[in-house]
Amino acid sequence: MKLPPDSPVASPVRRRRDWPFFAGLAVLSGAYVLLIVAMLVADLSFTSPQHLLRALASPEIQYSIKLSLISCTLTTLLSLWVAVPTGYLMSRHRFVGKRLMDAILDIPIVLPPLVIGLSLLILFQTPAGRAIQRIVPVTYAIPSIILAQFAVACAFAVRTMLVTFDQISPRCEQVALTLGCNRSQAFWRVALPEARRGVLTAATLAWARALGEFGPILIFSGATRMRTEVLPTTVFLELSIGNIEAAVAVSLIMIVAALVVLTIARVFGLRAPLERVL
Amino acid sequence: MIAVNHLTVRVGGFALADVGFEVPTGQYAVLMGRTGAGKTTLLEALCGLKPAVGGTIRLNGRDVTRLKPAERGIGYVPQDRALFQTMTVREHLAFALVIRKSNREIISQRVAELSRLLGIEPLLERRPQGLSGGEAQRVALGRALSAEPGILCLDEPLSALDDETKQGMYELLEKVQQSTGVTILHVTHNLEEADKLADRILLLRDGKVVCQKG
Repeated sequence: MKLPPDSPVASPVRRRRDWPFFAGLAVLSGAYVLLIVAMLVADLSFTSPQHLLRALASPEIQYSIKLSLISCTLTTLLSLWVAVPTGYLMSRHRFVGKRLMDAILDIPIVLPPLVIGLSLLILFQTPAGRAIQRIVPVTYAIPSIILAQFAVACAFAVRTMLVTFDQISPRCEQVALTLGCNRSQAFWRVALPEARRGVLTAATLAWARALGEFGPILIFSGATRMRTEVLPTTVFLELSIGNIEAAVAVSLIMIVAALVVLTIARVFGLRAPLERVL
Repeated sequence: MIAVNHLTVRVGGFALADVGFEVPTGQYAVLMGRTGAGKTTLLEALCGLKPAVGGTIRLNGRDVTRLKPAERGIGYVPQDRALFQTMTVREHLAFALVIRKSNREIISQRVAELSRLLGIEPLLERRPQGLSGGEAQRVALGRALSAEPGILCLDEPLSALDDETKQGMYELLEKVQQSTGVTILHVTHNLEEADKLADRILLLRDGKVVCQKG
C-alpha cells in the first residue's frame, strides 16, 4: 500500500540537534569531577612539605600510621577469608534462607557507621560478649579496631566476590568434576584461580574501606592517643585541638594511600567488578 | 556402551521423561533435535551434572545413575568448551592425570601422545586466550580424552567453527574414534555433521529418543 504524499504518517522527522544533550552530560559530570579535584588541590595548597615532615616525625602520628597499616592488613586478610567462601556459596548454590542471608549481608553497607559502632559496643556488653572479654579484652582495645573495620569492610569484599563468581561460568567447574575433581578440588584448582582478579579487587576495596573507617572505631574503640589511635582518629583529634595543619597533613597521607589502592585496582584491570559492587 | 532406560530428568519447569536409547561400544552416535528439545540436559544427566529423578544410566555395563561425575569415566566437551583461563594447553591435557596423582613420566607421555594425535604440539605453552576456535576445540577434546574415558560426550562441538575448520574436525573426530575406540555421543542440530560422522543417529523429539539410523 502506497501512502499519499500528504499523509501525516509519512511526514519527515523534525531535525533536532544533539549538542544540548551532550552539553548537559558534560556539564553535570564535569562539575562533579571538578569538585573532587578541587578538594584535593585545596588540601595540597593548605599544607607544605614542612607540615608533612613535622606530622611524620610526631610519635603519635607514627603510632597511628603503624596501627592503621597493621589493622587494615589484618582486616583485609580476615575479610578475604570470609568473603571468598561466602561469595562462592551465594553465587553457586541455592539453599533455604538465601534471600534473607543476601539481605543481611548488605546491612553493614547501608547501616550508619555510628550505629555499627554502637551495636558492637552493646554486643560486647552481653553475657556472651563479656565472656569473650574475660579471655581477650576487645572494647577500647586494639582488637576492637580490627573488629569495627572488619564489620564494614567484609561486606564490601563479600559483594565483590559474589559479583566475581557470578561472572565466571560454572561450566569450567562442571568440566573439572567430570575430569575427576571433587567439589573442593574444582573450587581450589579451577574456580579460585579464575577469580584471582576479583580476590585482588576485594582485598584492595576491603583495605581502603578499613583505612577510612572512623565512626564505629570512635564508639567501639575510643580515641585514646598511642593506644587506639588510627589515621582517621588522628585527623579528628588534631582538628579538635585546632591543629588544622597536622590534620590536613594526615589527611594527605590517607589520600595518597587511597590513590595507591585505586591505582593497583585499575592497573590490574579490575574495573568491571569494582564498578558493579560500587 | 551407553544404555539409558526410562530416564527422567527435571530442570526447573522443563522435564525429559521416560527416555531410553542405546549406543553400542565403539560406535559414533549423533543425538539430534531442535533447539530447546533437551539435548544438552540429556548429555548433562549422562555426565552426572543433572540428577536423574528416575530410570537408569549404564555405561559399559556399570550402573552410574547415582555416581558422581568424577566416577563415571566420561570425557565431556561442553558447547562453550569451558577451557580453564589460567592454564596452558599442556596443563589442560595433564589436568585429569594430575588429579589422579599419576606420575610425572606417565603425564608427560600422555600429553605428548594427545598433542600429536590432535595436532596441537606447537600450542602446548599457550593459554586459551591465544587460541583460535578450532585450536580451542582440539584442546577441549584433548582434555576430555586425557584420562582415557570409555565414553566421550560432545555438546555441539562444531557449531562455532567455519566450514574449512569443520572439515578438519570431521577428520580429526574420526581419527580419534578409530585410534582410541571410545564410544562417542555427539549432540548437534546440523544434518551434515550427522551424515559425515554418525554410525547411529538418535532423534530427540517431544521428550523421547527415536533411533533413525544404525
